Amino acid sequence: MTATIIGSVSCPIPVTDHDRVVLGHGSGGKLSAALLKQHFLPHLQSDALRQLGDGAVVSAGNARVVLSTDTFVVNPLEFPGGDIGTLAVNGTVNDLAMMGATPCYLTVGFIIEEGLAFETLDRIVASMARAASVAGVQVVTGDTKVVEHGKGDGLFINTTGLGLADSDFSPSPDGVRPGDVVLVSGAIGIHGITILSAREGLEFEADLESDTACLHPLVQALRRATDNSVAALRDPTRGGVASALNEISAASRVGIVLEESALPIPAAVAGACEMLGLDPLYVANEGNFVAFVPPHLADVALDALRNHPLGRGAQRIGVAVSDHPGMVVMRTPLGGTRIVDMLPGDQLPRIC
Amino acid sequence: MKYLAEYRDGTIGRALAERIRRIATRRWTLMELCGGQTHTIVRQGIDALLDGAVEMIHGPGCPVCVTPLEQIDRAVHLASRPDVIFTSFGDMLRVPGSECDLLRVKARGGTIRVVYSPLDAVSLAIKHPDKQVVFFAVGFETTAPANAMAVWRAAQLGVPNFSMLVSHVTVPPAMLVILDAPDNRVQGFLAAGHVCTIMGWEEYEPIAAKYHVPIVVTGFEPVDILEGIWLAVQQLEAGSAFVENQYVRSVRRDGNVAARELMSKVFRLSDRKWRGIGEIPASGLALREEYADFDAERRFALDDIVTNEPVECRSGDVLRGRIKPYECPMFGVVCTPERPLGAPMVSSEGACAAYFNYGRARPASVGAQTGMEER
Amino acid sequence: MCLGIPAQIVELRNDRGLPVGIVDFGGVRREACLAYVADQVNVGDYVIVHVGFAISKVDEAEAQRTFAVLREMSQLDELEWITDAIPSVAAAEHAP
Repeated sequence: MTATIIGSVSCPIPVTDHDRVVLGHGSGGKLSAALLKQHFLPHLQSDALRQLGDGAVVSAGNARVVLSTDTFVVNPLEFPGGDIGTLAVNGTVNDLAMMGATPCYLTVGFIIEEGLAFETLDRIVASMARAASVAGVQVVTGDTKVVEHGKGDGLFINTTGLGLADSDFSPSPDGVRPGDVVLVSGAIGIHGITILSAREGLEFEADLESDTACLHPLVQALRRATDNSVAALRDPTRGGVASALNEISAASRVGIVLEESALPIPAAVAGACEMLGLDPLYVANEGNFVAFVPPHLADVALDALRNHPLGRGAQRIGVAVSDHPGMVVMRTPLGGTRIVDMLPGDQLPRIC
Repeated sequence: MKYLAEYRDGTIGRALAERIRRIATRRWTLMELCGGQTHTIVRQGIDALLDGAVEMIHGPGCPVCVTPLEQIDRAVHLASRPDVIFTSFGDMLRVPGSECDLLRVKARGGTIRVVYSPLDAVSLAIKHPDKQVVFFAVGFETTAPANAMAVWRAAQLGVPNFSMLVSHVTVPPAMLVILDAPDNRVQGFLAAGHVCTIMGWEEYEPIAAKYHVPIVVTGFEPVDILEGIWLAVQQLEAGSAFVENQYVRSVRRDGNVAARELMSKVFRLSDRKWRGIGEIPASGLALREEYADFDAERRFALDDIVTNEPVECRSGDVLRGRIKPYECPMFGVVCTPERPLGAPMVSSEGACAAYFNYGRARPASVGAQTGMEER
Repeated sequence: MCLGIPAQIVELRNDRGLPVGIVDFGGVRREACLAYVADQVNVGDYVIVHVGFAISKVDEAEAQRTFAVLREMSQLDELEWITDAIPSVAAAEHAP
C-alpha cells in the first residue's frame, strides 16, 4: 500500500466541493472513502467490491480465490529497510493474508518515468524477487509502460495478487463483536517515519528502517493458536492504526476503546513525531497488523505473536465495546478519554 | 524522552487535579493563551477533569488562526505564480482564504513545500537560484527569532531570490483586548511558556498589577498545565495577582536576550490585524527598512487582492473566549475540519478543531470524568 | 507557536559562521541552530528546540528539583487516601 507522503501534502478541504482530484484523495482518510463512494462504486457494481475489504473473495469454477490489487507510489524510491519493490510485493501479499488467504501469485505492472537509471530499476526488481521468494509467491505475468519525463515520479508499480481462500479462516472487517480484544502485532509508526526522514525539507536521521515484511507466516501462527477464531485483521498502512481501526469499527458497528499507555511506539518514532507534531496513530506501517480476537483467546494469541520473529513487539492495545458504535476512543494517562477520528487527508507537520 | 515523558505522568496529573478541586472554594475562570496548551487541555480532557473547580477559556493563542485573511490571500496569490516556490510551516496549508487555500493551489500546479525550519527555506533558495523562494513567516514571539535569523542569514550569504511574507503577532496586546472587554470573565492566565522563553515575563508584570489577575508562565505537557492551573488557583484563593513561573526548565525572567536582539534588528513593532478580532495596534512585527528587500509584500505586486470572510464564521468570538466552539451554530454541522469556515477549525491548535477532533462526544460508559455538555 | 521539544546536543558545528549542532530527540537526530544559546551549551546539554532553533537551555537542576516535589506530592496524596480509607474500614467493622 502507499506510504504516507507527508512532504507532498494533501488536501483535506471540502469533501464534496471538488471539481478535480486532490492529493488527499489518496491518503486513506475520509477523502479517499468519499472518492470510492462517489466516483467508483456507483459505476463499478459488484457484491465483492461493495464490501470494501483488503481484497475480494471470488469463485473460479470450484475454487474460491482471493484477489487483491495495489499500486505503489513512494518518494523516495529507495529508503532504509527497503524500496518501492519490496513494498509492492509485501503490500499485496499482506492484503491477501489479511483476508485469511494463502498468497500464491502476483502480477506486476511498471509505469516507468523516462530517465530512470537502470541501476536503480535493477536494484528494485532484485528487491521484488527477494521479497517474492521470502513470501513464497511467484510473479507470473506483468506489463511495462514508459511515460515522459516529468510525468511519473520515477516509478509506479502495481501488483495484483491471487491467493487461495480458506473456508475455515476468513477474518473480515465486519466480523468484530463487543468484547473482542484488539492486538497489534508490532511497534507502530516505523515505516512512515523512515520515509519522512529520507525526504527533502524535513531531513532528520533516525535509527530506523522500514518494517516492510511479509506477514503471512505471522497470520498463520495467530490462526493456529486461536483455532481460526480471528475476527478481523488489517494491516495499517496509509492512515495508520487510527484509520484501520476506524474502518473496522464502522464495518462491524462496534465501538473501540484504546489504552494510550499500551501503544508500542519506538523511541525514534516518538521523537520524530514530537519534533514534527505528528500523531503516531496516523503514521503508516508496513510490517504489522491489528487483530481482533475473542477475549478468552487474547493471551494465547499474544503469546503466539510474540513467539514469532515478526511479532516480538506485539501488544494488547484495546477492546471492542457495544457503546459508541463506529467510534474509536482512547483512554489517556490522566484517565480522560478522547476520540481518535479518521483524518480527512494526510497529517501535516506543525509548529504550534 | 527526557524532560518530556515524565510530564505526562498520569498519577502526578491526577494528584494535581485533585489538589485543584480541593482548594477551589468556587469555580474560577482561567484563560490559556497558547494553541499548544489548548491542544493538550482538550486532548487530555483536562477541562473535563477540573469541571466545577476551573473553567478554561481558550484564548487567541493560535497564530495560524489569527493570521489575517489578507495574508492568506496574498500567500495564495504568490504560491500560484509559476516563478515562485512557496514555503511554509505545515499548519498554514489548510487555512481557508477568501476563495482558496494553499493546498488547493498545489492541486492546481503551484509549487508549495512544507519546511520544518525557516533556514530550510533559505537553503532551498540557494539551491534554486532561478526561482523566487517565498517563506510564510507566521507565529508569535516564539518563532520570530527563527524567522529573523532566516532573513539575516539570507542577507549575510547574499541570497537575492529569498523573501518573506510576514504575519507575526505578539501576545500582550491580545491579552489587553481580552481584559479590556466589558464582558470579560477571565480571572487569571496561563501565559505561553515558549513565548516567554524568548520574551521573559517582565512585560506581564504591569498587566497582572493593573488588572489584578494572576499570570502563570506554563509549559505544554499535562503535568505542566495542571501545575500551572494549580498555582493560578492558589493565587486566586489567596486574592493575589502576580506573575509566576511554572515552566522553570525553560523560562527565565529576562528570557533569551540574544534572540530578542536579532528580532529587534530585523523586525519592528507594527499594527496588525488579527483574523476574527480586528486590528490591534502595536501587536505585530514587520520587517525593518534595512531588510525591506526581503519583504515579499514589497517585492511582488500584492495590492489588488479582495478579501471575503464567510459571514457565519464566529471564530472571532471563539478566539476571544466569548463562546465555546460548540456554542457556534455552524460547529460540527456546516463547519468541520473537512469543510472549515474559519481558521480555528483547521489548525490542530485551533479551539474548534480541538473540540471537534477530541471532544465531539463523551461516551458515558468509558468512565470519563466529564462535565461537558453533550452535543 | 509552541511546539518546542527537549533534545540533547550530540555535536557542535559551525555552518559558515552560524553556530549549529546536531541534536537528538530521543533517537531522532537533526541539525539545529544554536545561535541563541551558543555561549551556554555544550555537548550533552539539553535544549528546547522550536522550528530547528534551540530557544533555551534546559535547566536540569531546576527541572529535577521541581519534579521531585511534584512526585512527592502525588505520593503523599496516595498515602492520604489510604489513611482516609482506614477509619471507614474500622467503622464498618464496628458497625452494629
